[in-house]
Amino acid sequence: MSSDLDVFVGNTTLIDEEVYRLWLDGHSVAEAVARRLRGGVLEREGTSVAVLQSDTRDHYRTFQMLERLLHAPPRLLQQLLFQIPPERQALLVQRYYAFDEALARELLGKKLSKGTKKELDEFDNFKRVFKAVEELRGPLAENIQQLFLLPPPLARDYAAIVFFANSRFETGKRRLQFLSFGDFAACAQSMMGHWSQGALAPEAAEPDGDLPKSFLQDLKELKVLVSDKDLLDQHKSLVCSALRGKISVYNELEANFKALSRALVNVGGKLTHARDVRDFFVDLVEKVIEPCRSDKWSLGDLRLFLTHYTAAPRNLPGFRHQALWERYMAAITACLLRMYHD
Amino acid sequence: MPGKLKVKIVAGRHLPVMDRASDLTDAFVEVKFGNTTFKTDVYPKSLNPQWNSEWFKFEVDDEELQDEPLQITVLDHDTYSANDAIGKVYIDIDPLLYSEAATVISGWFPIYDTIHGIRGEINVVVKVDLFNDLNRFRQSSCGVKFFCTTSIPKCYRAVVIHGFVEELVVNEDPEYQWIDRIRTPRASNEARQRLISLMSGELQRKIGLKVLEMRGNAVVGYLQCFDLEGESGLVVRAIGTACTLDKLSNTSAFLPACNSPSKEMKEIPFNEDPNPNTYSSGPSTPLKNQTYSFSPSKSYSRQSSSSDTDLSLTPKTGMGSGSAGKEGGPFKTLLRQQTQSALEQREFPFFTLTTFPPGFLVHVGGVVSARSVKLLDRIHNPDEPETRDAWWAEIRQEIKSHAKALGCHAVVGYSESTSICEEVCILSASGTAAVLNPRFLQDGTMEGCLEQRLSWQPGFFSIGSEKGEVDFFPQSQDSSSLLGIEEASPPGCGFCHIPYDELNMPFPAHLTYCYNCRKQKVPDVLFTTIDLPVEAVVVGKGCLIQARLCRLKKKAQAEANATSISNLLPFMEYEVHTQLMNKLKLRGMNALFGLRIQITVGENMLMGLASATGVYLAALPTPGGIQIAGKTPNDGTYEQHISHMQKKINDTIAKNKELYEINPPELPEEIIGSPIPEPRQRSRLLRSQSESSDEVTELDLSHGKKDAFVLEIDDTDAMEDVHSLLTDVPPPSGFYSCNTEIMPGINNWTPEIQMFTAVRVSRLSNINPTNQTLNKNFNDLCENLLKSLYFKLRSMVPCCLCHVNFTVALPEDELVQIAVTAVAITYDKNQALQANKAPTEKSQQRASTDNEEQLQFPLELSSDPLSSQPFSPAKEALEGASSHTGIPAAQRDRCNSWIELIKLKAQTIRRGSIKTTTSLEKASPLAEGYLRHRSVPSGTNSTVSVVKMTPLSFLPGAKITKYLGIINMFFIRETTSLREEGGVSGFLHAFIAEVFAMVRAHVAALGGNAVVSYIMKQCVFMENPNKNQAQCLINVSGDAVIFVRESELEVLPVQPPAAAPQPTGSAGDVTT
Repeated sequence: MSSDLDVFVGNTTLIDEEVYRLWLDGHSVAEAVARRLRGGVLEREGTSVAVLQSDTRDHYRTFQMLERLLHAPPRLLQQLLFQIPPERQALLVQRYYAFDEALARELLGKKLSKGTKKELDEFDNFKRVFKAVEELRGPLAENIQQLFLLPPPLARDYAAIVFFANSRFETGKRRLQFLSFGDFAACAQSMMGHWSQGALAPEAAEPDGDLPKSFLQDLKELKVLVSDKDLLDQHKSLVCSALRGKISVYNELEANFKALSRALVNVGGKLTHARDVRDFFVDLVEKVIEPCRSDKWSLGDLRLFLTHYTAAPRNLPGFRHQALWERYMAAITACLLRMYHD
Repeated sequence: MPGKLKVKIVAGRHLPVMDRASDLTDAFVEVKFGNTTFKTDVYPKSLNPQWNSEWFKFEVDDEELQDEPLQITVLDHDTYSANDAIGKVYIDIDPLLYSEAATVISGWFPIYDTIHGIRGEINVVVKVDLFNDLNRFRQSSCGVKFFCTTSIPKCYRAVVIHGFVEELVVNEDPEYQWIDRIRTPRASNEARQRLISLMSGELQRKIGLKVLEMRGNAVVGYLQCFDLEGESGLVVRAIGTACTLDKLSNTSAFLPACNSPSKEMKEIPFNEDPNPNTYSSGPSTPLKNQTYSFSPSKSYSRQSSSSDTDLSLTPKTGMGSGSAGKEGGPFKTLLRQQTQSALEQREFPFFTLTTFPPGFLVHVGGVVSARSVKLLDRIHNPDEPETRDAWWAEIRQEIKSHAKALGCHAVVGYSESTSICEEVCILSASGTAAVLNPRFLQDGTMEGCLEQRLSWQPGFFSIGSEKGEVDFFPQSQDSSSLLGIEEASPPGCGFCHIPYDELNMPFPAHLTYCYNCRKQKVPDVLFTTIDLPVEAVVVGKGCLIQARLCRLKKKAQAEANATSISNLLPFMEYEVHTQLMNKLKLRGMNALFGLRIQITVGENMLMGLASATGVYLAALPTPGGIQIAGKTPNDGTYEQHISHMQKKINDTIAKNKELYEINPPELPEEIIGSPIPEPRQRSRLLRSQSESSDEVTELDLSHGKKDAFVLEIDDTDAMEDVHSLLTDVPPPSGFYSCNTEIMPGINNWTPEIQMFTAVRVSRLSNINPTNQTLNKNFNDLCENLLKSLYFKLRSMVPCCLCHVNFTVALPEDELVQIAVTAVAITYDKNQALQANKAPTEKSQQRASTDNEEQLQFPLELSSDPLSSQPFSPAKEALEGASSHTGIPAAQRDRCNSWIELIKLKAQTIRRGSIKTTTSLEKASPLAEGYLRHRSVPSGTNSTVSVVKMTPLSFLPGAKITKYLGIINMFFIRETTSLREEGGVSGFLHAFIAEVFAMVRAHVAALGGNAVVSYIMKQCVFMENPNKNQAQCLINVSGDAVIFVRESELEVLPVQPPAAAPQPTGSAGDVTT
C-alpha cells in the first residue's frame, strides 16, 4: 500500500531546523532521510522510516514554496500564504543568506552580473543582492539590511561582496592568499566608510558600491607628497623625529621611508583607472606589507608609523590637502592594520 | 431598497507579471454585485498598484445581500487583445448584515485564480448601510445570527432552544452543463464557485426565515454540506439548531436585545402567528407558495434502507421493537409528558448541539442512526428539490422512531452525511437519543423560571453571580429541584440513567444501579454522539478509539448495486460496533463520546470508519475484560495459542489502564443498591482513587469476569479480528488524542495550539484483495497517519490532539483518501501534577476546561477601566461631535466610555437610525478597542496579523469577546501542469495552504483574530496523471471571532469585584 499523495499543512507552518539545514545544503530527500536516520531520530522518537520520509518530503515542499519568498524577504513578512512567527521568519532568512566564507573569498572581486557558477545557491544569493542594490543610493549595508532583512553583520558582509564585485579588486593572486574573507570584508567596510559619498552626505547621488569619482580624482592632488622632493624630505624628517626611539625598526623606517610613502600615495593616485584599481590590494601587500614584514615590523610599529605618517603633513608648509589626506589615509590605515598578519 | 453596499478598492501588491516585455502589469479591478459592475481606472505599469478608488455603491434588496457574494476581479488591461484575468476575490458580506457582528470588512485579500492559485493581494474596504424594512412579507432574514459552534456560543446566553432547522437547495452542476464543453476550465470552475456561493447564501437566508418563524434569532451548530451528484446535479443542504440567544452582560439579562432595532422589527410580524410552533420543514419557504408543474413520480427508481437502533447500544441481538409505553414511575411519566408536549409539536425534535447548558440534558438513551441507499437521478427542476427532501424526511422519521423506542423524545448531537459513488448515494443520519428538560424548549415557561434559574444556574446562566467566580457545578439538590428534574439525581451521573423502561427494555442490556448515586439504573456501556457533559464524573483520561473496516463489493450497475450495498450495510454496522466495543473494553473504559460512523461507498468496496472518544464514566460499572473462547478445545497447541492470546489481551488491558490512569474506586459489592451515600462520603470514596494509583498491577480482571465480554474464535477470520485488535499502538508518551472538544482528564491547557490538515491518498495494490488484506491495509494507513502526526508534532509534547476528525473517500477504484483535521494543544505537565496532589481538586475529577472559567471575565470587563480615568478633553470633543450626529444626550450619558460612544456613533451613521444601545454591548467594545489599540504597532511593521484556527469552540487561555460571523468558503483548484507543480502532493499542499490563507485573510478583514469550530467539510481530489492534470474542491467553515488572551486581560486594571454587577447608570458616572 503505497501513498501517492501525502501532505501535512499546519495553520502555523512547521519549520524543522535540521531539515532546513539539510535542504539548504542541497541534499536530496533520500540523502536527508539517511542523515536524519544517522542522527538517531528513529530511536529517540520510536517512529518508522516511512514516517521520516513523509515528514522530510513535507518540509522540502514547504521550503520549495518558501524559496520564492526568500528571494525577496520583505515579501515573506507581507505574504499571507504561510503563517510563520517572526522569529522563525528571521531564522529562515538568516540561514538562507548565510554563506561559506571560503567560497565567498574565492568569488571576491569576480563579476556577479554574469551567470558563472550556476550550480551554487550562495552565488545566486550574491547575484540577487548585487542586482537589487546595484542602482540604489545611500549606505550599501543599510540598503541590503532593509531589502533582505539580514542581521547587520551579515548585511555588512554582503555589502563587502557587492563592493568588491563593483570595483573588481584583484584578490586571487598568490601573494594575497594569506588574506581571509573577513580581512577583505573589513577593508571594504573601511573604504566605504571613509571614502564613499554616503560617508560625507547621506543623501549622496552615487551608490555606495562605487567610490565617488570626484574623490578619486582629488586623490591625484596628493601625489605632491612624493613628487615634490622638498615635501617628501620634510615629511620624512617630521615622521622620523616623531618616531625616534619609539619604534624598534627605526633604522629600517629611515631607510625605507621614501619607498613606503611612494607606495602609499601612488595606490590612491591609481584608483581613477579601472585597470589599476584591480591592483589596489596587490600593491598594498607587495609594496607596504611585504617590505615591512621582511624588516620584522611589529603591528604596533606599523600602527605608530601610520599615525604619525598621516598626521605629519599638517605641519608641511604649502600642503593644502590635509582633510583629503586624512580621509584617504584613514581607510588605508585600517586596511593595512587588518591585513598585517601572516 | 433596504440596503446599500459600499465598496472601495484601495491597492494591490505583489501582482504577477502579466506583460513579459516590460515585466509589469497594467491592473484594474471590476467590482460586481448581482448584475451591477463597477470598474476602477487602470493603474499602469506596476505590480503594486494604488487605485484608491471612490466608493462604489450598490443599492440592493437585503434578500440579494444575503444570497449574493461580492465578486472582485483583478484584470490586466490589454489595448490590443482581451484583458487577462489575474484572479478573483469573493467576499461573503453576511457578517455585515447583523448588528452584533462585524461593522466593516477591510484588509488584504489574496487574489485567487482557480488555475494559478494565489496571485498577489488586494486591499478592499466593504460596508453596508441597512435601512429598516417594514414589509413583513419579505424573503430576507437579515439579523439572524449563524454559528458553526455546536454549543451555546461563549458570549451568549440561550433564552430558548427552539430546535431543528433544515433546508436544501438543488441546482444543475455547471461542470456537467453542455456549455462546459466549450468554456475554459477557469470559466467552469468560477461558474461553480459562484453558484455554490449563491446557493449557500440562499440556503442560509431560507434557514434564517425558518428561525424567525420559530421566533428565534440565531442558528447554532449550523452545518452546511454539498452533495456533488455529478450528472444528477448539485445539492446544498444545511441543518442547525434554532435558538433565541441573548448577548451576555453583567447587568440584568432581561433587558431586551434592543441594540438591533431592525431585528426587532423582523420579529414582530411573526408574533401574530397564532401557533408559532407549527412550522413546516417543507421544501419551499412558507411564504413562497409555488405550484409545481413537474411530477416527481419517477424521480428515484429504487430505494432500500438499513438502520438499526440496537446496533448502537449493544451488539447482542436484534431489538424487540417494543414501545416505551409503560412508565417506570410517576415522575418519569410527568417528565415525559412535559417534554412530549414541548417536543411533539415539532416534526423533528433534533438538536445539532453537542454541548448543552447545564440541566438541559436529563437522560441519554444511546446512539440512534439510520442509513438509506438511493439511486440518483437527474434533478429535473431545480426549484423542486422534493425528492431529496423526501429522502431526508424519511431518514429523520426513522431516527425519530428509534429515539422513541429508547424512551426518548429528542435526538441531540444530530448530524447528517452522504457518500456518493457514481449514481449510488448512501444517506446517513445519526444522533443520540435523549430526554431533555422541557423548560429550555418553550417560550412560555421560560419567563417564569428564568429569574430563579439565573440566580442558581452557573455556567451559561450565572453571569450575574455576585461571587465573581463561576462555579460550574450546580448545587445539586437545590438547582435540580428547581429545574424540576428528579430531585435526587446528582448532575454528575443523571444523564447516564436509563430513560427507557427497565421492565420493557427495547433490547436486552445489562443494567445496574448507578455507581455514583446508587438510585437509578444505568447501562453497562454508553455510546453517544455528543461531547462529554461538563458535569460528568470521569475516572482517568480519555482516548481516541477507531473502528476500521473494508468490505469488498461486486461492481454492479444501478439497482443491483444499490441492493448489494444495502445488503452489506447491516453487517458493516455490526462489525464496526463489535470493534468499537472490543477496543473500548481493551482500554478498560465504559463509554464513548463523539461517536461518528462514516460509511463510504466506492466502486468495488465499502469502507467504514468509526471514531469516538472512550472514557471511564464513574457512574457506569467497571467493564469486564475480554475473554477468548476457542471452538475446538481438544487441540493442545490450539489451546496454548488461545491462552497466549488471552494473556496478551489481559496485558494490554492492564497497560492501558495504567496509561489512561483508570483506577476507579474499589467498591464493595454490597454498596450497590444501598441507599445513596452522603455527599461527603462520596467525595471521600472518589478521593481514594487518586491515592491508590500504585496498585494498577493487581487490577482485577477476576472482578469483571462474571460479565466479561466473550469473543468466540471459530474460524481464522475471528482470529484475525483478535489480532487486529492488538495492533492499535498507543500514542507515544506525552501524547493523548480524542475526537471530542475536550480531553477528559486534562484541563491545564497552555495557549499553544496548532491546527492542521493532513491528507493521504493510497493505492491498494493487492491484485486479489480479500476483506482481510484490505482491512489490514486500511488499518495500517490510519495507524501510520496517526504515527506521522505524532512525529510531526513532537515538539509540542506534552500535548493532546483534540477534535481529531478523519474523513474517508474512495475517489477511484483502488484509491483510498483519508483527510484528518485536528488541533494539537500543549498542556502544562507540572500544573497537572500539582492538581493531582491537591485532593480537593481531585476529589471530583470533572471533564472541565478553562473555557468555562472564562465566563467570569465579563464581570471584570464590564466595569470599564477606562471610565475610571479622567477624560475631560476628549469627552468634550466627543460631545460636540455627537451632538452633530444626533445622538440624544440621554443616550450619551449612558455610554460609560469614549470607545463605546465612538462605536455608537459609528453605528448610528451606519444604520441611518438611532438605536438605544444598552449595556449589553458593553463588554465587547472595550475588548475590541483594547485589541485594536494593541494591534496598531504590529500593523506599522507591515507584518501580517496572526489568525488562529481551531476546530474547537474555544481557545485555551483566551476569552472570546465577539463573534464576527460565519466563514463558509468553497474553492476549486485545477492544474494542467501537475508535474511542474510538484506532483499531486505539491499541488494539494499548496492548495490547502492557500485555503488556510484565504480563511485567515477574511477573518482578519472582519477584524477578528481567530476561527473557532473550524471544519473542512469536503476535500474532493481528482487526478489524471496521464494528462498531467488534477482538480481539487475544498469546502471549509467556522466562526470568525475576536479573542483576548487572559494574560492580557489581567493587565487591565481590575475593578473591585463588588462594582462588577452594577447596572450601567452608576458605571457611567465618570464620563457624564
